Amino acid sequence: MMKFRFRRQGNDPHREKIKQDLFAFNKTVEHGFPNQPSALAYDPKLQLMAIGTKSGAIKLYGAPGVEMTGLHKDTAAVTQIHFLYGQGRILSLLDDNTIHLWEIVQRENRSHLIEVHSFNLPGRPGIESTSATRVTVMLLNLGCDLLALGTEGGGVHFLELPTLTLLNKSLFQDEVMQSVPEEYKCGKSLGPVESLQEHPKDSDKILIGYSRGLVVLWDLNSRHVDNLFLGKQQLESLVWERSGNSFVSSHSDGGYMVWAVSSSNPCTHDPISSTIPYGPFPCKAVNKILWRTTESGAPLVLFSGGMPRASYGDRHCLTILQDSSHVTLDFTSRVIDFFTIHCTDRDKEFDEPSALVVLLEEELVVIDLQMSGWPTVPAPYLAPLHSSAITFSSHISNVPPKFWERMISAGQQQCPLQNYDNWPICGGKNLAPDPKQKELLLTGHEDGTVRFWDASGVSLKPLYKLSTANIFQTDCDHNDSLTQAGEEEWPPFRKVGCFDPYSDDPRLGIQKISLCKYSGKLVVAGTAGQVIVMVLSDEKSDHMIDVATVDLLQDREGFTWKGHDRLPPKMGPVVFAPGFQPVVLVQCMPPAAVTAVTLHAEWNLIAFGTSHGFGLFDYHRRSPVLARCTLHPNDSLAMEGPLSRVKSLKKSLRQSFRRIRKSRVSGKKRAVVNSPTGKVREANAQLAERDAEVTPVQRRIEPRSADDSLSGVVRCLCFADTFLRDGTHHGPTMWAGTNSGSVYAYALDVPSLEKFSEQSVEALLGKEIQLMHRAPVVSIAVLDGRGTPLPEPYEVSRDLAKAPDMQGSHSVLIASEEQFKIFTLPKVSAKTKFKLTAHEGCRVRKVALSNFTSVSSEEYSENALVCLTNLGDLHVFSVPALRPQVRYDCIRKEDISGIASCVFTKTGQGFYLISPSEYERFSLSARVITEPLCRMDVERPHDLSAHSSSTTLPPQANGTHKTQAESNSVETEDLLEEMRSALSSPVLDSPNSSADITLDTTGDLTVEDVKDFLMTVDEAENNFRNITEEDGRPPGILIN
Amino acid sequence: MNKNHRVPSNRTLNAVEVKSKFGAEFRRFSLDRSKPGRFDEFYGLLQHVHRIPNVDLLVGYADVHGDLLPINNDDNYHKAMSVAAPLLRLFLQRKEEADYSSFGTDTVTRKKTPAVLAAVLLRPDANKKKPPIIISLPKDFRPVSSIIDVDILPETHRRVRLYKHGQEKPLGFYIRDGSSVRVTPQGLEKVPGIFISRMVPGGLAESTGLLAVNDEVLEVNGIEVSGKSLDQVTDMMIANSHNLIITVKPANQRNNVVRSSGGGATSGSSGRSSDSSTSVYGYSTPGSMAMTPSHIIQNYEPDEESEDEEDLVIEADRGTKLNPQAAARAMASTSMPALPRYEPHLDLRPSNGTMATSASVGSLNARDRGVEGRNLEEDGTVITL
Repeated sequence: MMKFRFRRQGNDPHREKIKQDLFAFNKTVEHGFPNQPSALAYDPKLQLMAIGTKSGAIKLYGAPGVEMTGLHKDTAAVTQIHFLYGQGRILSLLDDNTIHLWEIVQRENRSHLIEVHSFNLPGRPGIESTSATRVTVMLLNLGCDLLALGTEGGGVHFLELPTLTLLNKSLFQDEVMQSVPEEYKCGKSLGPVESLQEHPKDSDKILIGYSRGLVVLWDLNSRHVDNLFLGKQQLESLVWERSGNSFVSSHSDGGYMVWAVSSSNPCTHDPISSTIPYGPFPCKAVNKILWRTTESGAPLVLFSGGMPRASYGDRHCLTILQDSSHVTLDFTSRVIDFFTIHCTDRDKEFDEPSALVVLLEEELVVIDLQMSGWPTVPAPYLAPLHSSAITFSSHISNVPPKFWERMISAGQQQCPLQNYDNWPICGGKNLAPDPKQKELLLTGHEDGTVRFWDASGVSLKPLYKLSTANIFQTDCDHNDSLTQAGEEEWPPFRKVGCFDPYSDDPRLGIQKISLCKYSGKLVVAGTAGQVIVMVLSDEKSDHMIDVATVDLLQDREGFTWKGHDRLPPKMGPVVFAPGFQPVVLVQCMPPAAVTAVTLHAEWNLIAFGTSHGFGLFDYHRRSPVLARCTLHPNDSLAMEGPLSRVKSLKKSLRQSFRRIRKSRVSGKKRAVVNSPTGKVREANAQLAERDAEVTPVQRRIEPRSADDSLSGVVRCLCFADTFLRDGTHHGPTMWAGTNSGSVYAYALDVPSLEKFSEQSVEALLGKEIQLMHRAPVVSIAVLDGRGTPLPEPYEVSRDLAKAPDMQGSHSVLIASEEQFKIFTLPKVSAKTKFKLTAHEGCRVRKVALSNFTSVSSEEYSENALVCLTNLGDLHVFSVPALRPQVRYDCIRKEDISGIASCVFTKTGQGFYLISPSEYERFSLSARVITEPLCRMDVERPHDLSAHSSSTTLPPQANGTHKTQAESNSVETEDLLEEMRSALSSPVLDSPNSSADITLDTTGDLTVEDVKDFLMTVDEAENNFRNITEEDGRPPGILIN
Repeated sequence: MNKNHRVPSNRTLNAVEVKSKFGAEFRRFSLDRSKPGRFDEFYGLLQHVHRIPNVDLLVGYADVHGDLLPINNDDNYHKAMSVAAPLLRLFLQRKEEADYSSFGTDTVTRKKTPAVLAAVLLRPDANKKKPPIIISLPKDFRPVSSIIDVDILPETHRRVRLYKHGQEKPLGFYIRDGSSVRVTPQGLEKVPGIFISRMVPGGLAESTGLLAVNDEVLEVNGIEVSGKSLDQVTDMMIANSHNLIITVKPANQRNNVVRSSGGGATSGSSGRSSDSSTSVYGYSTPGSMAMTPSHIIQNYEPDEESEDEEDLVIEADRGTKLNPQAAARAMASTSMPALPRYEPHLDLRPSNGTMATSASVGSLNARDRGVEGRNLEEDGTVITL
């Protein structure tokens, strides 16, 4: 960093101001489903839901768009969350046995979640081991002024709220034991406290359930045992019946019991009823049970677990029982927790549950309990992005409204219940303005599906799902019939949820997607060299798909493909629902994974590349135009299909995972870390870490050679209407870049619209460029005479973009992993370049051309090259000068999958995966920011945040600061100008000034710095002196 | 712009009489010694006076010792002008017919008269013994690996340029993570560093003797490596691999250059690095900058190598649709970096590292070179300084 100091001083302050108006880095929102959720809570008064994760995050969700996140300082798993109803306060219990109090506070007219208190239960020195004071359950009384903690040692402790001070009225087992009859004691301890439940009518009484089975109704005031229930089965959970006349206990043998509470009989030996719903064979534990009364009659019983061990022990189930209605919801991932949304008004006689919310390890499922058949309710947020692993993502900005509507209607025909009006969790107010334009995020998945998401706002909503598997003959077809047969058996399973990580044929995996938003044409390319051209259609169709094969080897000798076979297409016509319907299937030979694809709908052309070469296909005439092999003669690895080898390894891994899943896992809900399996897992993780550390510490320094393996992989393809043959005639061109730094440029002869059917497209090789440094070519783009990127197909003909400048000379921007270079066209002589790797030691992973609009004026915008490197930092370069503008740290460099998944938008935002199920959205633009803006108004007694208001806002998950948006007035500009004239003279004399090198400082400028500019010149000058002296540099040199 | 006075009788001290011979034709003119101008202007002038505007020429002159030496850049042009006493005898050849072997020591005196030489030039294939040493044209010189910037670096450091251009030899070294001890105001401090870990036998690094195992890498092409990871430094080195300049702190400090107090001012041909002003190693940058004369030719600049980094652009035949296979073959043949006509020189060049160092293009003055050479010979066994 030191070395840039001198150069920075040469910076033009005017330019600095512009840069500040253009660029600002913020991590704005996380889309998708939180990774590894571990706790769930609901506040019926505020209608807010909270989800805790194993990484120590708490996420609040209300109405769509209302989202808040808090992060514990220690990354311990959140094991329990409880709302202080209506107060906007949350208690969280962590895996490290600490309790934290969070509050929703209003800052800058929006709500934030901040931590205000924490508490650690002290052990009784010398008496109990530390594990004895491990909190197992927490109970908040309805008045929210008392917190009861049940511990592993069997004690119950009480804390005052919201101060979290320990009250001196703990209840230990010996006190309870005194009332227990001798024959029950047997000299054994009662075990940990499994459940604490407050009496629904009498807030002085709590029900304490011990692991051994004993349940005690304890009077807090008189410190006296009211009732004893001598259960003999190991206890899992307790729930009161609303009236307080009875309660239900669930047990580890898979059964539940209903107990009557009567004051006449202080010691109850037997329950009213005892049921093992999935007996008589041994069953797994019923982890949690809920008992909800309804006005219509029979109570609703909801419980998780309890499945027969031998036959369905590996299923993740939740049972809903009411009278004769019995549904076993069969989930694909573990049930973390669940709750019902019901009437909590104390005066009402019945619970009347309206909805069931189930948090699973991989998704959130909501069941409507009021409609018959208990259908699922689609969630407007927390979309399980990873229902099948994401293999590719792509972003489409500014989607035309017509195309948007057609896609929505196609999506609604797939899933008719797609309105979120009856979404039951609707607390808070979304303050974010309606998005100005529609944005689409496309994700390609391992199972061959492409999902379309509405990425316009804070919550990512599913719009449409496209499957490509149905046009191929795969083994998964007959699987459906098997599962159907299974569903008629007892128990009455119902498959719920869409998380399905197992793809039946890895060849179906989506590798690349290209969409034309104007024509509704889509190209999807997959792992087995399949390239499918699709057209959006509003009508159902039943047609045959044209299949073409393109041999990319072009008779190269001496190579044999040892990878997977191509996917056999289905014979005969196939029925397609409205939506994207395939018209042509092109199969590359050898069927290696497609590594690049592009589409030009105006010319009816697609280009695709694999590790062997690239091809050009006219999908209108259904004829191949060009095939070119890019293999280096010495490259044998590419032929053997290394990707397929990886895939088969994955397959075997998957099978072993299935085996693990099937193995008997005893259902101890909280024993995540202490259990032996948890320990083994931990040890394994540690081992894996250590393995990662023992990477070879030596690196060979050698230039890239032509015959490095996989040098022929086609990395990027692009179409452009530009000057390739000579400087006077422009025409269609196609560009391809490879892993070994080769670029091939073809001049295309595309017949005019009228002649399209009779005349065929011709491709002529125009230029071949071999980059001397041989680094992989990451991206190619053509710039017009003004240096702006060429518009997309149809944009000009439909008056949606300014026509490119065809008068001035065009240039081509070639971005390799090591450097960016602009060449003039048609001569292809180097014009400007920036050698990123030579300067910074980082390699380019992702690049995109984005347009940045200034915050101070909507008229002013600049094109820039956005780049993500292998170190996870983002760089922005001006185009076409290729001057570095700003640099931000974004992703940890170890997070390879995050870096690989990054995708940029055209307006300076981006997405990357922070977990298999979550996208982090970030913004590089100072103007275009999509972030949650919500307000949650709460009223609470004893406001803690009032006197702790000095607590600074915790760094948002991203840790960046906000740049001011409004304060940049014209006055500032004038002052800046003045200051520059007053202070700039020493700069010009300085031998070190290099005014032409603009390296950015925007990232270093905080709001405070800017405020300095608003002072008078003298004052500002003094301040600058001070700053300079503090920094230990001569005052004459440092000027902004 | 130098003016052609065309006054042969001008015998003032300032004028250089030029007698230029192309084939059988002579031209005489004079030039201003104090304002020789640039080589390309001079070259244009020659083409003009001989009326051969479109002929590529090889310009040679006979120096005071009677050697035929080439003129093909500003430096040797100025040299020729300055040593002309007062007649400058030029011999022009068509480039395509040029006989490179005619240049060198004793080439002119051996033949006694320029006329004989001219005869030889005209018949390049005449039976004659090969001159003992062939000096290729400076323009065609292949830059070689060398130690540079000796005058401006602290004695404990060494800046090495590994020039791989057109060689089949690998760079041939490995780097690793390590830690080194630095003197800081707080005392000795252990800091992470990057070190040379291994040499490939026969590689450029080993055969030139410029790098050694356990040398600490401080800079790569002018950019400090402190704070950078091993992978970053690897990438930087590979990105610069065609012209790699590494500043190291040699593990063996006994071969260091002893510098007289005059330092940089005397060794005029050495360069200074553009980034040295920001170096943190504590040698006084402003001082050395003040001492170094402003006309110093830099040995390298960050973007200097653009010429050798020229990407290869192949224009495809426009008339015919190109057969991809043929194109690929063309690609394969042209993408070979080694150009065949350099090979004779390469073969003659001694592979000994010391020799390569001393033969480097004037980046070291004679005294430095001597010291350096001796030290390298006495590697590690005798303390000579």
